Amino acid sequence: MKIDQYKCVACGNCIPVCPVGAIYIDPVAGRAQVNQDECVECHACHRGMSKEHLWPPMVRAVRRVAKAFRFRFDPEPDICPTDALTPQELAWPRIVRRAFSDPLVPHESTGIHGRGTAEVKTNDVTGRVKEGEAGFVIEFGRPGVGARFREIQEMTKALAALGVEFEKKNPVTSLMTDTAKGLVREDILNEKILSAIVEVKVGLEQVPEILKTVRRVSRGLETVVAVGVSTRCDADGDERLSALLAAEGYPTYRGKTNLGLGRMTVEAGR
Amino acid sequence: MTNTLHRFSEHYAFEPKPSARPVENDFIVFAMATRDVNDDNLVEKYRTFARLALAHNPVNLGDATKGGIFRPDQATNPLAHWRRDDRPDPARVVEGIDGHTTLAAVFRTRSDMEGFVRDLKRADLGVSINISAPVDAAAACCKAAGLARHSVEFSLGFQGRVERLPDRAVLEISTMCGHGMVAHTLVRKLIDWVKEGRRTPAQATRYLARFCTCGVFNPTRAEELFEKTRTGAS
Repeated sequence: MKIDQYKCVACGNCIPVCPVGAIYIDPVAGRAQVNQDECVECHACHRGMSKEHLWPPMVRAVRRVAKAFRFRFDPEPDICPTDALTPQELAWPRIVRRAFSDPLVPHESTGIHGRGTAEVKTNDVTGRVKEGEAGFVIEFGRPGVGARFREIQEMTKALAALGVEFEKKNPVTSLMTDTAKGLVREDILNEKILSAIVEVKVGLEQVPEILKTVRRVSRGLETVVAVGVSTRCDADGDERLSALLAAEGYPTYRGKTNLGLGRMTVEAGR
Repeated sequence: MTNTLHRFSEHYAFEPKPSARPVENDFIVFAMATRDVNDDNLVEKYRTFARLALAHNPVNLGDATKGGIFRPDQATNPLAHWRRDDRPDPARVVEGIDGHTTLAAVFRTRSDMEGFVRDLKRADLGVSINISAPVDAAAACCKAAGLARHSVEFSLGFQGRVERLPDRAVLEISTMCGHGMVAHTLVRKLIDWVKEGRRTPAQATRYLARFCTCGVFNPTRAEELFEKTRTGAS
């Protein structure tokens, strides 16, 4: 993302809107700037702010007068008065930032928007996680911190060493060069994204070991890690996973419950 | 829709207290189809989902590719600074559905969610339906509807560099957009504005809801949290 330096009137509205704090007012130029190394190309500023299309010199003049009299103008905080936020054409490898940060961009590897995974929410038709199995969704950079692929690779290497199975239909897996070693493409390791999910599947008996590994590796990272674990329920709707998680000291208050209402309805797919 | 999994509450405090208050105003139900399995006649299936939801007082309704009932305006009239049209527009969500997406409805009460799930069971749309909420509430909802849970996914909260996260009041509001489109810093600014009397909790909530691109932000819960923090209540 860039900010048009002619249009920008340095109102500062876009500064708190940026999820990773990459926008600031340059004191010399007197305009807002984007720290390109920190910007994750999520487009929250461009898409989320409403826009006026006012004439920049007029807005600057009004602001100068108000400032001279120490008037506190109380504008709407989610409006860019001059439509100064300008998306850029992105090339590889920077383009992965947008793929993992802008929820309206579908991932090429899965065709799914957001973080690009279906995980357990379609388990009733995909059978992705079966009884006696646990599906881990290990998410980096959420909420609102961001992460670089170099940090994600630390986790994938540690998990690979445990012999886990990385979910094939997952955007991060599609960027791995060696799933047996957990290696991610070298040319994207320094790219910063808002969040990305690593998905692995193991037997329930391996859950404590995975949790300990994730915690140990997370402590050495510069970002936050959000973990979700899923399982298939039995015919009565009961499951064994929550007791395992509680025994390891993890909260199990909130979750996602698949109601099992999905079924094959496409005739050609039968 | 992992974006609804890690909504912060006292239960996910880094040193949680044993008597954390239950979350009783935030229940999400969403629909997701799978390509070549149940995506035939998909637009009508999703529209039926949305219309059924609207009969049960949802506080938000969203299409993950288009947005929720509150959206930003690409050509705002400058008079918006004094008089802004910020009415919710659920009809726009329903009409905008045009294919593969995730459709979500957010409810303020468990009974609204339960009524909706019963309707969904009767409608038998064939797409996958999930509840994102406290696990016990979802289990009770399934039981009331005569359904056995198929699968369940638990949120285990946050770890790693948690000192980079903001305080509880900000987290409770900002994590209602799990995609991270509602910035912690904007929430902090609006909490301060509400405290200063520059905006009402309802106005502050509307600003934030417009940033959520899939409509799972719960404006009712946000308003209640703004009201609570306004006076510094813990």
